[in-house]
Amino acid sequence: MPKLTRQELDKIRAREEEKLKKRDIHGKTTHVVVGMGTQGISAGAKNVLNALSDEIEKAGLENVILTQTGLIVSDKAPVVEVFSPEKGLVVYGNVSVKDAQRIVKEHLLENKILEDKRIQVEE
Amino acid sequence: MAYKNYILVCGGTACESSKSEEIYKNLIAEAKALGVEDQVQVVLTGCFGFCEQGPIVKVLPEDSFYVQVKPEDAKEIIEEHVIKGREVKRLLYIKEERKPYEEVEDIQFYNKQLRIVLRNCGVIDPENINEYIARDGYKALEKVLFEMKPDDVIEEVKTAGLRGRGGAGFPTWMKWNFSKVAEGDVKYVVCNADEGDPGAYMDRSTLEGDPHSILEAMTICGYTIGAHQGYIYIRAEYPLAIHRLEVAMKQSREYGFLGKDILGSGFDFNIEIRLGAGAFVCGEETALLQSIEGHRGMPQPRPPFPAVKGLWGKPTVINNVETWANVPVIINKGGKWFSEIGTQDSHGTKVFALTGKIKNSGLVEVPMGTTLREIVYDIGGGIANGKRFKAVQTGGPSGGVITEENLDTPIDFGGLQRIGSMMGSGGMIVMDEDDCIVDVAKFYLNFTVDESCGKCAPCRIGGKKLMNLLEKITDGKGTEDDIAQIKKVALAMQKGSLCALGQTAPNPVLSSLRYFPEEYEAHIKEKRCPSGKCKKLIRYEINQDKCIGCTACARKCPVGAISGEVKHPHKINQEVCIKCGVCKQTCRFSAVEIK
Repeated sequence: MPKLTRQELDKIRAREEEKLKKRDIHGKTTHVVVGMGTQGISAGAKNVLNALSDEIEKAGLENVILTQTGLIVSDKAPVVEVFSPEKGLVVYGNVSVKDAQRIVKEHLLENKILEDKRIQVEE
Repeated sequence: MAYKNYILVCGGTACESSKSEEIYKNLIAEAKALGVEDQVQVVLTGCFGFCEQGPIVKVLPEDSFYVQVKPEDAKEIIEEHVIKGREVKRLLYIKEERKPYEEVEDIQFYNKQLRIVLRNCGVIDPENINEYIARDGYKALEKVLFEMKPDDVIEEVKTAGLRGRGGAGFPTWMKWNFSKVAEGDVKYVVCNADEGDPGAYMDRSTLEGDPHSILEAMTICGYTIGAHQGYIYIRAEYPLAIHRLEVAMKQSREYGFLGKDILGSGFDFNIEIRLGAGAFVCGEETALLQSIEGHRGMPQPRPPFPAVKGLWGKPTVINNVETWANVPVIINKGGKWFSEIGTQDSHGTKVFALTGKIKNSGLVEVPMGTTLREIVYDIGGGIANGKRFKAVQTGGPSGGVITEENLDTPIDFGGLQRIGSMMGSGGMIVMDEDDCIVDVAKFYLNFTVDESCGKCAPCRIGGKKLMNLLEKITDGKGTEDDIAQIKKVALAMQKGSLCALGQTAPNPVLSSLRYFPEEYEAHIKEKRCPSGKCKKLIRYEINQDKCIGCTACARKCPVGAISGEVKHPHKINQEVCIKCGVCKQTCRFSAVEIK
């Protein structure tokens, strides 16, 4: 009796590839960035970040990178930037946990911009 | 909850010696202390290659490349980067501002590299077999065991055109085929990890960063030639590589990639480690086999070659670490894919350990056919401290120098041989204008004389003779006959020595003589060392016009050879001076000159 069969190896490989893929940043085209300046954090950016992370995981979006950044200058914290090849750079302001769920559902999955949350940020 | 950040810490020997393991432990401890251990995964990986800037810490997904990190920086990385999402600017290699969604500006050191052998180094945790499996690990073994006959494997390696990376470049498929067709029910597979060239650490890094790839390749070869036992011969002075190999072998046995009935194929294979004491000659295959058998490591006459009559007289395939590391990729991606990389005579890539007077010393892997200029200037960043390039030594003590005029020669087995050097295992030592070529030749020769096993006279006596001649020249006692004498002794060593150690030992002398004859002449005719290295040919003197009498040199001189009054020019007593050069380094007015 072998210690490990080919079928078992396939299972291990599929499971581990999934884990390692999350670490891989190559070939990922869409970036979601949460502004984590002091005002961002005090306005709930941490919760927004966690919500985005959970929703992206749930939706199984493999081409999305979620990162944090320092201050994004705006009076509408928390700010979330979404950069995708289809829509370019879109910035959302006053993002709540609910909005975070909408961003994943509407913008990332359905490719629709949430016009009501969109803001202009000065460069 | 899913991890938001991944921190990869380089765990190669170079970074480890600058406390990367402590950085790794601190990062985990800090993440725990700050309550984010479920948000960040910290991984200790193999060598990133960018050793000059080590220890290296890379944070994903931001792809932040932190360099020269210290254990006490761990807190800041967790607090600022992981918790607050702000890169720790002072530790970044490229400090320019960038938008988070913009591509990371490429680091020039990595631009021209192609990583096949080092594919997993700096990417996975070498002590975790699951991460290796996730990167197509043991897929090639599975393919070979269930979908390929031994002849198919040999055909694939032949199509790939893989040649031995230990130095000589012998076609790998031929070795395998010799052993496969050789009669005998017991055969062996051996991995030569006895890396010993000065300045070379390609094999060590491969073993430290990706030990499973070697185990997988050896098992594939075992199936191909009909062997059931493998040995890894590694020097005891590579403790980290040995440790990682032992961990990998244990995991491999637990999973059943080693042992009986591998994956239910009915094929059995086992691997054991044999530790060498670090004699350079044991890198020579017949001496290595002697050492495994428990005898004194001395070369044996060939033929018979080990492929036919090797370990305990049985057919034995012996390949170098880097050669093995290529095998799983060739099986997975196909020999044709591999053969399209590189040049006509050499396929695939080559790993080099770039050291010496270079800005970015480190481990680089480039496609065959890359020029030396690209390696030295584009990847290596040029010569350190703004000095002038003089030469590169490739092939270690068996190779030769490559000068400015040959910098554009594509690097492959044939190309290097044509200009009087050799590929060797991949050590690349860069010299600048301050290096004396006769002194360098003496250094390498001293190494081979030291490491000669003494079995055959041409190597034992010839090496010593050559050494005496070079010493005579650097002592200022050389005559013009000495050059002819050097060539004569060198020829005798090349023709008469039993193994490659003696046959190639004169190479550094001959090649430096070929490219820098004027430097030898300066030593012999003018009794002068143009680089100011050979102590017996130089004098330190204080320029009486430049010296302001600050007394700094006099205070530093270890033998009290400098005298003079404060605020008056000083003098060096040549009788007492030991020519250590401390005065020259100390003087802030460039008043100390070499004559």
